[in-house]
Amino acid sequence: MRYLLGLIIGAATLWLLLSGVYKPIVLGLGGFSVLFCAYVCHRMGIVDRESVPLHLLARLPLYALWLGGEIAKSNWDVAKRIVLPERRISPTIVRLRAHQSSELGQAIFANSITLTPGTVTVALRSGDAIVHAITEDNATDMEGGDMDQRVRRLERPFGAPARREETP
Amino acid sequence: MNALIDTASWILLAGGALFSVIGGIGMLRMPDFYTRMHAASVTDTAGMILMLAGLMLQAGLTLVTAKLVFVMLFLLITSPTATHALARAALEDGIEPQVDHDKR
Amino acid sequence: MMFLVAIIAIVVTMLLILVRALLGPTVYDRILAINLFGTKTVLFVAVLGFLNGRPEFLDLGLIYALINFIGTVTVLKFMQYGDLGWEAASKEKPDV
Repeated sequence: MRYLLGLIIGAATLWLLLSGVYKPIVLGLGGFSVLFCAYVCHRMGIVDRESVPLHLLARLPLYALWLGGEIAKSNWDVAKRIVLPERRISPTIVRLRAHQSSELGQAIFANSITLTPGTVTVALRSGDAIVHAITEDNATDMEGGDMDQRVRRLERPFGAPARREETP
Repeated sequence: MNALIDTASWILLAGGALFSVIGGIGMLRMPDFYTRMHAASVTDTAGMILMLAGLMLQAGLTLVTAKLVFVMLFLLITSPTATHALARAALEDGIEPQVDHDKR
Repeated sequence: MMFLVAIIAIVVTMLLILVRALLGPTVYDRILAINLFGTKTVLFVAVLGFLNGRPEFLDLGLIYALINFIGTVTVLKFMQYGDLGWEAASKEKPDV
């Protein structure tokens, strides 16, 4: 129920921000399509924790800020490697363990890796991410596991105590 | 104040333009498919974010800015997904990356 | 003025990307180039809207971003399975 309500509110906000026309008939059509979409999604049984990740909302801004900083740093680094005349790349492939408990968390982890220039997730199978990095340094950075930790903290249920490493 | 915002927006747009061209050059200079993806992601993140941020400063606090935010969010979610799908398809098709260190 | 500079930079980038799309050498290079060309088009449409003083163009950009993503994934799926049907896809590899 919580997720259905979240979906309706989210879709209504999207409509209001994108339409920009606030006449009764347009608002009525908007309300109708929001409710209809919510009904169809409900019938398909796809409204759950994964498709409406409400539990991420509180921590997402901080994570986005940190990720933005990482993106800025690595953009600068990769841009330098592209422009400078000699070839300063050492492509490396590493296998990382994604320690997130949910598939959503693993997907966020893999997408964050890909979003950062200099590292691309090539494959993600049963918690193992194969990552292609443009330099060995990038790869060792990734092996440090900082991003993995942060995504784990992101997906932790709100109010739950901070658990430390329980790496097998 | 207005001149200040204009200058900031100008700097952001110029930065976005610079990063986007750098990414384009990287697409040509990089030696193999997988390294080209890194160049593409420079254009996709830095170029796109800076340019849209510059446009946001121009638009001010209006619905246009909200739309720009949505465009940015959509691109930030879809572009790594597409890149990942591409990389995975290429690897499964047997295109081996030229690597210096393979620690699979 | 500043919008014009941004537009010129985007067009230059698009040309560089098109060269890569023509050179290949693998089909994946071409798909990567075309996907990037699509995102550049979104930026182009957005900046063009501001240049003409008609920010409504952004709606087109938004739609273009979505279509571009779906198009890329569709081409990849077609290449991997030779088919867009559910049957072929669900046999062994669950997703693209």
